Amino acid sequence: MSSNATAVTLHKCAKTFEDGTRALDPVDLAVEGGETVVLLGPSGCGKTTLLRIVAGLENPDNSGEVWFNNDDVTELPIEKRNVGMVFQSYALFPNMTVAENVAYGLRVRKMSKPEIEARVLEMLKMMRITELANRNIDQLSGGQRQRVALARAIAVRPRVLLLDEPLTALDALLRERLRVEIDSLLRSLAITSIYVTHDQAEAMALGDRIVVMSKGKIVQTGSPREIYNNPKNSFVADFIGTVNRIPSTMIDGIDTPKGHDLVFRPEDAEIVKNSSGQFNGKVVNSFFLGDRIRLIVDCGAPEYITIESFQRDVIEEGDEISIHVHQDRFLEIN
Amino acid sequence: MIRREYPRYFLLILPAAIIFITFFFVPMTRLAVVGATGDEGVASYLSIIQTPRHFESMVATVLLSIGVTAFALVISTIAGLFLVRNRFRGSETLVSLLTFPLAFPGVVIGFMIILLAGRQGLIGSISNYLIGYKVVLAYSMWGLFLGYLYFSIPRVILTIMAAAEKLDPALEEAAQSLGASSWEVIVDVILPALKPGLIASGAICFATSMGAFGTAFTLATNIDVLPMTIYTEFTLNANIAGAASLSIILGIITWIALLLARSLSGSTVAASG
Amino acid sequence: MRRPKIFYGQLFFTLIVCAFLIVPAILSALAGITENFFVGLKSGFTFRWIIEVWELYSETIYLSLLIAVFCLIINLFIGVLAAYSLARIGGRTARIVEEMIVLPVAIPGLAIALALIIMYGGFRDFRTSWLFILVGHVLYTLPFMVRSVLAVLTSTNFKILEEGAASLGAPFWHRFIKVVLPNAKPGILAGSLMVITLSVGEFNLTWMLHTPMTKTLPVGLADSYASMRLEVASAYTLVFFVMIVPLLIAMQLLANSQRQTKNLIQDEDAH
Repeated sequence: MSSNATAVTLHKCAKTFEDGTRALDPVDLAVEGGETVVLLGPSGCGKTTLLRIVAGLENPDNSGEVWFNNDDVTELPIEKRNVGMVFQSYALFPNMTVAENVAYGLRVRKMSKPEIEARVLEMLKMMRITELANRNIDQLSGGQRQRVALARAIAVRPRVLLLDEPLTALDALLRERLRVEIDSLLRSLAITSIYVTHDQAEAMALGDRIVVMSKGKIVQTGSPREIYNNPKNSFVADFIGTVNRIPSTMIDGIDTPKGHDLVFRPEDAEIVKNSSGQFNGKVVNSFFLGDRIRLIVDCGAPEYITIESFQRDVIEEGDEISIHVHQDRFLEIN
Repeated sequence: MIRREYPRYFLLILPAAIIFITFFFVPMTRLAVVGATGDEGVASYLSIIQTPRHFESMVATVLLSIGVTAFALVISTIAGLFLVRNRFRGSETLVSLLTFPLAFPGVVIGFMIILLAGRQGLIGSISNYLIGYKVVLAYSMWGLFLGYLYFSIPRVILTIMAAAEKLDPALEEAAQSLGASSWEVIVDVILPALKPGLIASGAICFATSMGAFGTAFTLATNIDVLPMTIYTEFTLNANIAGAASLSIILGIITWIALLLARSLSGSTVAASG
Repeated sequence: MRRPKIFYGQLFFTLIVCAFLIVPAILSALAGITENFFVGLKSGFTFRWIIEVWELYSETIYLSLLIAVFCLIINLFIGVLAAYSLARIGGRTARIVEEMIVLPVAIPGLAIALALIIMYGGFRDFRTSWLFILVGHVLYTLPFMVRSVLAVLTSTNFKILEEGAASLGAPFWHRFIKVVLPNAKPGILAGSLMVITLSVGEFNLTWMLHTPMTKTLPVGLADSYASMRLEVASAYTLVFFVMIVPLLIAMQLLANSQRQTKNLIQDEDAH
């Protein structure tokens, strides 16, 4: 839609609230034009604050700067920034119909009636909700509301699209379906977007890049693959996917700095026959998941480990198994 | 098992019902009947239109009440929204102060207006100092207007604050993100959301102003507002039928206004004044 | 945080509104303890107006308290029972009954007083006793007690609790006293404070219902406003404030604590 998409640059953006709590330490972030960046982290990590600073709903502390391409928008209020925003609660105006909601941003921009009508129709078609045009908001399901909220946000052709946990209020099945829709929408629009979520699956599916945040800081930035395969520290490793830890003394011949655990993901452990693995363990729990089995294993480490196996063998509680993890599958975490 | 005990619940409500019927329902019916015992029978209910003094008093009261309602709504919306949307040191105290006058009887409110705008009042002293002339508002229609505002503002502020607290802040933010100015946010988002609360509190305010007796009693020695007209008809002119018919008409007006308020908001605040 | 300019505009406006409501009350309190209000505060402080008020009007204070207490007792009996029955009966019937009980608040006190006088004014002993005023106050305060209790009952699951108690073999009165009343307590408390506050301040009905021998505090106030010097009227008003303000504070504290508990529960739910 936009030929030259807007790059967003944050420079030393921190946020201290009036009561003195520090929501965000000074953060630098560069989002390329057309890129989808996902801010991922547990609640209270500062991801929503960061999004609201980009939106213009919060002012960064004094030294912070927000740039859209070559425009310094730090002092610009939200209504002048030309951003599109999608809220967790949808925030649809209950006193307006679906079409009126989508038209609102165009109306306050004083576009002509025919133009507005054409654009609204285009948006409704794109979101496949044309038949809902004259419905009231309270007559819509959650998924329909989310589509209207998206249509409303992109109708104004914003420079940046900001999405604040847009799928959290939906049930699991719908969430997955809308995730796919949003993904193809963002790709077809090629619009710069920043997406906030605490759901790692959502982040992996949608993000060109993921920014993992914790306690007001950016912990790691990278593509989903990088983040998953090379987590920088144990917070990232734990937050994205599951990891197992065993003392390095349990396996011979692997170099780790002294005192560091060996860390690996459940799917990287292989069950081998006749005690030929690197270590043995006793199955504590066994869950049949259809395509695979998940085993909780006591291998003598301080914590039980989790492994997932796609083998068809029946493994039951109490079974002794032997486990092998390929050398290069261990995660390097300090 | 619970269903079988149905008659018991009617038994438990009986004491309240007896008091209500004996001291409210029967006397009010009698009042309505007495209202029709004037010289013209049932037609004496038309005296509100036919007797110029009654008609003027009716028009004056309605106009005054509408004016007070409009002002109270505007003032309370501004202050109420401000208090809900901004938390700062002392804001809680401010809310308490604004709602304290809720329990002041009408007479006390009349006295407050005398202190504010009477012959020895604050406004008079200030105007005397500034322009060398004492402005005395208390005993005119302006005094009544101020007095009615005094008891209306706390009620309306409470209702508006309750409605505004339920407002999703994301709604405003959404409108802003779409480019709406502060004014457009207020007109397109906030006021529509507050509409039921505004109508309800407006109706309460109107009904209370129509029936306000205490404030008028203290201030309006020379002004005919409906409650004062009823009072004079009853005590000075001994026109019991006239007082009764006017009371019934006044009661119906305030009751309908409050019925409207309740159907919209589900609650009403005390109507005294 | 940078506050927008409009913040200070609104703050100023709100403070003006607050001043409009509070300044006269402060003036009144000051006038009540000033030697000569016309001269100003420099004429000195005195308690003589308050003493004068006490000598002239202490009877009205006693009577107001007496009526408020009896009004509360009656309300506790008939109001709580009525609210419970309405919560039990439910549906349209309950709504219609509730609508009727609320009528005495919707109709100006003047009209109700007139009706009472026309109907029962002939019974001289009744007309001249304070019970005549009490009747008016009960009518006027009953809706507040009923609604307050009803609101709490409908928001708790007292029906399930009561069924639980019944399943354990508790007879009706036992259930009512041990299960219903404790659960309705916040509503009863709020309603009681309301009843006392309203009864002590009631004027519209009382002015018509009173006789020279049965003057309540607000009736005395109206009397003093019309015939006494400003300082005495102010001192009398000050006495009234001293009685009413603690009740108001108690009501606000109660409302706040209830809101806090509610928020706490909602927070728990959110996690």
